Amino acid sequence: MTLPKALQLSPKWAPYVFVSPFLLLFLVFGMFPLGFSLYLAFQSWEPTSGLSAMRFVGFENYAFALQDEWFWKSLKNTGWLAVVSGVPQHLVAIPLAYFIHSSFKRLRNGVVGAYFMPYITSTVAIAILFSSLFSTDFGLINLGLRTLHEIPGFGWLVPAEAIDWLNDPDHIKPAISMIVFWRYVGFNVVLYLAALQTIPKDIYEAATMDGAGRLQQFWYITLPSLKPMIFFGVTLSVIGGLQLFEEPFILTGGRGGSDQSGMTTAIYLYRMAFDFNDFGAASAMSWLLFIVVAVLTYLTNRAFRPRDSSV
Amino acid sequence: MAKFLQFKRLRQWLLGLCSACVLTQALAQQSLTVAAFPAVDEIVRAAIPTWKRLHPGVDIKVVSRQFGDHHTAMTTALSTSFYLPDVMALEVGYVGRFAQGGGLEDLSKPPYNIKQFESRYVPYAFAQATNRAGVVVAAPTDIGPGTLLYRTDVLTRAHVSEAELTRSWDSYVDSGIRIKAVTGAYLMAHARDMKDIVIRAGIQPGEGLYFDSQSNVLVTTPRFVRAFELARKVRQNKLDARVNAWTNEWSEGFKRGTISTQMTGAWLAGHLSNWLAPGTKGLWRAAQLPENAFAAYGGTFFAIARGAPAAHKSLAWEFIQMMTLNRELQLSAFKSQDAFPALLETYDDPFFEQPIAFLGDQKARLGWREASKKIVAVSVHKQDAFADEVINTELDKVLDRGKDIQVALADAQRLLQKRAHR
Repeated sequence: MTLPKALQLSPKWAPYVFVSPFLLLFLVFGMFPLGFSLYLAFQSWEPTSGLSAMRFVGFENYAFALQDEWFWKSLKNTGWLAVVSGVPQHLVAIPLAYFIHSSFKRLRNGVVGAYFMPYITSTVAIAILFSSLFSTDFGLINLGLRTLHEIPGFGWLVPAEAIDWLNDPDHIKPAISMIVFWRYVGFNVVLYLAALQTIPKDIYEAATMDGAGRLQQFWYITLPSLKPMIFFGVTLSVIGGLQLFEEPFILTGGRGGSDQSGMTTAIYLYRMAFDFNDFGAASAMSWLLFIVVAVLTYLTNRAFRPRDSSV
Repeated sequence: MAKFLQFKRLRQWLLGLCSACVLTQALAQQSLTVAAFPAVDEIVRAAIPTWKRLHPGVDIKVVSRQFGDHHTAMTTALSTSFYLPDVMALEVGYVGRFAQGGGLEDLSKPPYNIKQFESRYVPYAFAQATNRAGVVVAAPTDIGPGTLLYRTDVLTRAHVSEAELTRSWDSYVDSGIRIKAVTGAYLMAHARDMKDIVIRAGIQPGEGLYFDSQSNVLVTTPRFVRAFELARKVRQNKLDARVNAWTNEWSEGFKRGTISTQMTGAWLAGHLSNWLAPGTKGLWRAAQLPENAFAAYGGTFFAIARGAPAAHKSLAWEFIQMMTLNRELQLSAFKSQDAFPALLETYDDPFFEQPIAFLGDQKARLGWREASKKIVAVSVHKQDAFADEVINTELDKVLDRGKDIQVALADAQRLLQKRAHR
């Protein structure tokens, strides 16, 4: 059976037709928002007046953003959260993946699944769960600390008074970091487990015959072999950390917390647009954040580049 | 010839299709879209039978979203002029913000001419819908007169009377000290509540909360200094539970009687009775706010977007008139959803004199009715939302870190001056 000639696709056009669904979606949902945001960054706009109310203001929005104390404060918060929640993810995920890889056989998939579970759980569910765990008077975390405080010898280690995790500016960032760490450590474990499986077993066998212990094998074989995956994982953490939005947004009720301690740049630019009605400045800030992400990604690339490419 | 017949048939078929499209469109036009949030959506649904009696051929389609999502959706719809509803419900804070732009119809102009009905609305609510240029962007449907709800059992144990509680702000705080000493209960949920009401007390008609009509920043004026001092006194005497509204701790505080008073809109009595703390029935009473302060806590309006379908605008205006000027519908919303009417004609209804069981059979609606007539509308500035954030931040620093009040307010002033003219 052959199709009528009118419905037959010429080989010349076939590739374009097949690629067009993706291209169309990418143009509408990928390229257009990017272009519109860039355009908005140079406009002053009272959004509720409609699109015709835009007025070109040149670099005024960028100048405003760079002189805005709260923008810098949000960048500092973002950097703090990215480092404190990001670095431990890898420091824990690498040895943990190595341990799971070498110690678990039958139970491995179950253990990996358990660590991966937080990553696929809804952020809203996680934030609600942790909001009640972090509750000052009725939360399990403070209950645990209180119990610990009452054990003889541990009293000095934990404070006697209940910690106001989500309202005290000193405790919001550690609380958010804990959740981000808990959520993404499993994802990194899976990344490193995948990489560990590509390391040939004979290298370990040869090292064992040469008398290398497990620690030495980890240090001299596993870690260097994991370097490309560490680069990939760290790059994802840098990008994800600098765009952190959902967890602090929900935990702080969308406001960024007391003294804006939990307000990341992504939250601030969202608030600039939708709470403070300044879409122009919000767009300019988003492009400044993009520059920061691009520079840090480049520096990460530099840091992981082989020192001597001739070897 | 055959080709010609084929073409003729095709033409007839296409014409038929076009007619069907036009007919479908015509039928679709007989539906009015109303975008709302809880519980305004319920009030609108309850009004549909009345509407259908007046306009049997026009359906009402209610698009309901959660409070925040609804206002974000309205902002987006206004900015792009896409998916605009025929009628949008707006909370008072958003009415002020949207009134700064030109996205909403001026209801004072023909064919609306809302000013002919001005005397029928609560004066402050009508003023809230009017911007500095005299443009009326919305019609008020319900209001939130401020009240002081207090636990009578806790006050009795502490030997504190209602008069002592409400005589002045200082006597309110002093009463709190006695309540805390005798019963251990907190005076209020958060010291911020104290600041929020005191900065609103004594505002002259037409004056803004944070900015004057020339966008000069007002945050170093005496009302802010006093509000900060009173809030600090509350915190220093440990009279606030340090909990935010609508949190678990907040509702637990009401249930357990650890929070003895709450300055709020009259509507909170309904929430307490229905779901926040129904077990405390009979233990609460309502009073006017201390020192004869009269303030509004929330309120709902209906508006028509300029970009909304032109053919529906007259129907949309009829719908708004029905919702805001129909005595029966206003009273029905009051009885079922605690939506305090913005229509003055309802104020002589016997329902106002009925005792409220949750408030120990107190006739509290009479007090709220009195308050609604004394509230002064506050002029809105486009940077009010940001100013609110800045002032709360500086108050946190004063309360938690011991920052000097003058320095805190000066810092807020400096930050707001940079934004005042953006």
